[in-house]
Amino acid sequence: MSATHITSSPTVNTASFSARHLLGIEGLCLEDIQFLLALADTYVELNRQVDKKSALLRGRTQINLFFESSTRTQSSFELAGKRLGADVLNMSVGTSSVKKGETLIDTAMTLNAMRPDMLVVRHDASGAVELLSQKVDCAVINAGDGAHEHPTQALLDALTIRRHLGDIAGLRIAICGDILHSRVARSNILLLNMLGAELRIIAPPTLLPPHAANMGVDVFHNMAEGLHNCDVVMMLRLQVERMSVSLVPSTREYFHHYGLDRIKLRNANAGAKVMHPGPMNRGVEIDSAIADDPSISLIQDQVEMGVAVRMAVLDALSRNLSNARERKVKE
Amino acid sequence: MITPDQIAYINARLVDPATGLDTPGALITFGNEIQAVGPDLFPSGDAPLSSDQFQVIDCRGHVLCPGLIDMRVFVGEHGAEHKETLATASQAAAAGGVTSIIVMPNTDPVIDDASLVDFIKRRSRDTAIVNVYPMAALTKGLEGTRLTEMGLLKEAGAIAFTDGLCSVTNSWLMRQALSYAGTFGALVVHHAEDPSLSLDGAMNEGEFASRLGLAGIPTAAETIMVERDMALVELTKGRYHLSQISCAASLRVIEQAKERGLDVTCAVSAHHLALNELDVGDYRTFFKTNPPLRAEEDRRAMVEGLKNGVIDIIVSGHDPQAPENKRLPFANASSGCVGLETLLPVSLEHYHNGHVDLSQVLHALTCAPAERLGLPSGHLAPGAPADLALIDLDTPYVFNAASLKSRSKNTPFDERRLQGRVVRTIVGGKTVFERAAVSADSSEAR
Repeated sequence: MSATHITSSPTVNTASFSARHLLGIEGLCLEDIQFLLALADTYVELNRQVDKKSALLRGRTQINLFFESSTRTQSSFELAGKRLGADVLNMSVGTSSVKKGETLIDTAMTLNAMRPDMLVVRHDASGAVELLSQKVDCAVINAGDGAHEHPTQALLDALTIRRHLGDIAGLRIAICGDILHSRVARSNILLLNMLGAELRIIAPPTLLPPHAANMGVDVFHNMAEGLHNCDVVMMLRLQVERMSVSLVPSTREYFHHYGLDRIKLRNANAGAKVMHPGPMNRGVEIDSAIADDPSISLIQDQVEMGVAVRMAVLDALSRNLSNARERKVKE
Repeated sequence: MITPDQIAYINARLVDPATGLDTPGALITFGNEIQAVGPDLFPSGDAPLSSDQFQVIDCRGHVLCPGLIDMRVFVGEHGAEHKETLATASQAAAAGGVTSIIVMPNTDPVIDDASLVDFIKRRSRDTAIVNVYPMAALTKGLEGTRLTEMGLLKEAGAIAFTDGLCSVTNSWLMRQALSYAGTFGALVVHHAEDPSLSLDGAMNEGEFASRLGLAGIPTAAETIMVERDMALVELTKGRYHLSQISCAASLRVIEQAKERGLDVTCAVSAHHLALNELDVGDYRTFFKTNPPLRAEEDRRAMVEGLKNGVIDIIVSGHDPQAPENKRLPFANASSGCVGLETLLPVSLEHYHNGHVDLSQVLHALTCAPAERLGLPSGHLAPGAPADLALIDLDTPYVFNAASLKSRSKNTPFDERRLQGRVVRTIVGGKTVFERAAVSADSSEAR
């Protein structure tokens, strides 16, 4: 069976990874990260074969519970679960249509009674996924909670960088844009710091969280200065609704100062790579000429790595399910 | 002259923060008043342990002091009786040594009409076991647009005027309120928060909030409003009390206002003296308060403010919330924590830590609020109301939220190691709370 290649991989040591849930990068140690990235590497190979199917999670039930809509993250998790043989159920619960909170716990309890093995959760409130994880028996994966964390995005970003530029330690990486509201930025700051990158964040002060400089990054307000000698530039999505609350005056002013184009990119190292978690606002935070240039943009690679990383996370957490041993004996 | 209405509290450590009295002695109550108090009530030194004439209560050396007066209590009656009623709040108060509670007008409907003040007073008389004094709204419906009928409300029994958890953002209206209240010598109590700055913030703005991905409330949201209020007090010569202070910057503003001779006081909650923003931990909603728990420097400034007298009063900020308002993602959860039953022991931490004298702590809990509100209680003197707390100052224990008498259990102090608690509470000469024998208490130190 195709699952056998996992145990044969020399870099993958299953013994150390003992987490029950993946709620954030915070709480993981370097060994956990290395383990997940190595495991994800093996799934990249599997995903490039004609037969992409494994039976690792056969009989397992995975529920994708999205309180905030997301096409790409949800389909990435769905594909990851299906390629590992799990039964995947997608549930989209609009937060606006239901009364918040009550439904979070109530929905969690209801779903829990259906005995899923994996719950993939996205919610618009920071800490909501952690709260939910306290009420269920299954493994919970944070697919983004408010402005807090989005751990699988950070893992797939790290995997993408590693596969293109090698060891992350010592790389100079800039994260640009709406850091204030970005869970992607928070998870990446934690993860890339752990992996030894030299991190910079670039944004106007109105899009930076207070005391951002204490988060292990150098803070820049000027794009040219911030991009100087960078190896990787990670752009973040600027949500257009932010304009209405005076965080930035207009999209054209924003693009003029913080939109990534070829001129600004010249400040970075030759051969610097550009990333974006998607979906992009072309002409707001990133110029199409850069987004579509395969010699610069890693955006498509990020999407590919996303499926592999999520397979690795599902695989790793399934090994720690309370009934995992039972299953092995039965087989 | 001697009747069974007389009760002698003997072998007490009498502490009266109003006079600085701290001496072994005895106190006699007659009916609902204190009749005599002092070290020499029983000259022979051996007080009668039983008597046909007195009812005798042996205080075993515990502290006997005026009952606590809590100036900031939210009660769900009327409108949210599932959170707390006047009856349950008063039982919680009694269990905390609090003999008078000042209740906020943030009810449904809002206490902005004389008939509603009357309702609270009658309801309290019939169901509450401690004294209940209602504050009335400063503006109709707490909407911040029209003044209430302060004169009529005061005659009906409103002890002061406040919009509770709402700030009066309209500076002109606040000026009018401070001016007009002067007609009746009424006290204006204000919650200082600029809502356009606190916006959708869930906790103190700072590095920790940034890491949790929560929107922050800057200290400036409070300080801006306090600065404005001081300017208006100067303009109107009004009587002003800052309902709850939470940060060092606001403290400096109050200090300067007092130096300028303005009629200004302020209160801090017991939890702002004891906790800081880090206690929020991993999104623990019982630590979501309004104003939010601040940085450690601010907490230390609050203790210092209490010590040097810039902060006059300690309040519980008792704000009961039901589980369905708290078992939510942090940003969606309601603010507030119950505090009547932890007000005394949490305040005593600063005495046990050696930061503040015992008489200073008790001053802020008894005679300071009494003086500010013009209440007859808050001191030990013949003729004063027999509202007393008997306090075991030193016994350590682990506080247990399940032991709360309050209908809501949203305390941030569950499992906290505390030292000192009330063993008997007396309101109007009658014992309304007596702690069961220590061994029977499940929350005893382990």
